[in-house]
Amino acid sequence: MLRDPKVVIAERAALELKDGDCVNLGIGIPTMVADALPEDVEVILQSENGCVGIGGTAAPGEEDPYLINAGSIYAVEVPGAFYCDSATSFALIRGGHIDCTILGAMQVDEKGNLANWQVPGGKIAGMGGAMDLVAGAKRVIVTMIHTTKGKPKIMHKCTLPLTAVGVVDLIITEMAVIKVTPEGLVLKELGPGVTVEDVVAATEANLIIPAEVGHFE
Amino acid sequence: MKNKEISVEQAISMIHDGMRLMVGGFTWVGYPHDLLEALSSSGIKDLTLISNDTCSMTVSVGKLVVNRQLKKVIASHVGRNPETGRQVNAGELELEMVPQGTFAERIRCGGAGIAGFYTPTGIGTVIEEGKEKRVFDGKEYLLERALRADVALVKANRADKLGNLEMVKTSKNFNPLMASAADLVIAEVEEIVEVGELPPECISVPGILVDYMVKGAKTCCVIQK
Repeated sequence: MLRDPKVVIAERAALELKDGDCVNLGIGIPTMVADALPEDVEVILQSENGCVGIGGTAAPGEEDPYLINAGSIYAVEVPGAFYCDSATSFALIRGGHIDCTILGAMQVDEKGNLANWQVPGGKIAGMGGAMDLVAGAKRVIVTMIHTTKGKPKIMHKCTLPLTAVGVVDLIITEMAVIKVTPEGLVLKELGPGVTVEDVVAATEANLIIPAEVGHFE
Repeated sequence: MKNKEISVEQAISMIHDGMRLMVGGFTWVGYPHDLLEALSSSGIKDLTLISNDTCSMTVSVGKLVVNRQLKKVIASHVGRNPETGRQVNAGELELEMVPQGTFAERIRCGGAGIAGFYTPTGIGTVIEEGKEKRVFDGKEYLLERALRADVALVKANRADKLGNLEMVKTSKNFNPLMASAADLVIAEVEEIVEVGELPPECISVPGILVDYMVKGAKTCCVIQK
């Protein structure tokens, strides 16, 4: 049976987290990473609207009107949670106290530049906390479907307005794990049933292909 | 000691056309519901709204957008309220987008007597346009300036009669910052208790920052489609 590519991505991304990491997860696939963690790995989730130790979505009827996550969904706290105002929350983020942020992208490029907040002429939304998160987190992992409507998202150079310059450390898609290095993008692993040629064809950026490329399921 | 409790009507009478208005809240948590209901039907206009987001069209500050009471919005996210984007594209509303951490820190500085700060956030993006850049220890930073307002409307769970405010969980968000960064601070609270009843270490905002209080409705969950 064909697995949901988003679950494939979330499960692979979960392997990047270490027990005890403090992590900020974006909306969409990144949120699914919390459910895909190995049993022996516990992480502390930070929510930029002012919580360290946020839990999952609140059960219907059990919502707390004072407690939402950064996606504005009513959520629960875990034991040991901490609440603060937004300046303190972003001090934690900008100050390098978040081990990892996992977020989606519209485009990533060979220099690790990230574009994920605005399409010119498109719907006006705003960057929210994304620019601060990628500027401050110790490690930035992009999780996304490899292409959009058949068009590559991993580019020589981003064409969309940037969220930040040179911040991305790792790109995880349903097709590949790609590491951003000073030399360029290195193809580290291939997704289920995917060949090197498949990845190259779906990627605009130049890829450095080592002699040995791993696999993930 | 001055009695700080006033009616919602008295509070709204202190807000005038053209003012710079800070409103606490992160979408539908921690916003002053009753004050915004009254303000959105007051006809007061040409306000500059300084709020994290413009919520949705029917909730919180979203109504101020829909009722066309704003000339400018300073926010980090307006995606949940399509009317904000429509007015901006039509040239009817000015929008200043600020990264959320920068937004919070600008307000904190506004209340803390600090003129500005250097942040790495926004380097290499449209946010840096027109701003001073400086290198410290080999890394580039942007100068961002403090933000203040004429009036701040904030929300708390409980207050005592001195105006000390207790805020809980994620309803704190921008409220304590805004309570320090406006010339006039009006807090909407759900309950007002006697002085001494709030444990001092649970107070998020000292009463010396609060000019007036109104007693508002109990917070409810907002059901969004």
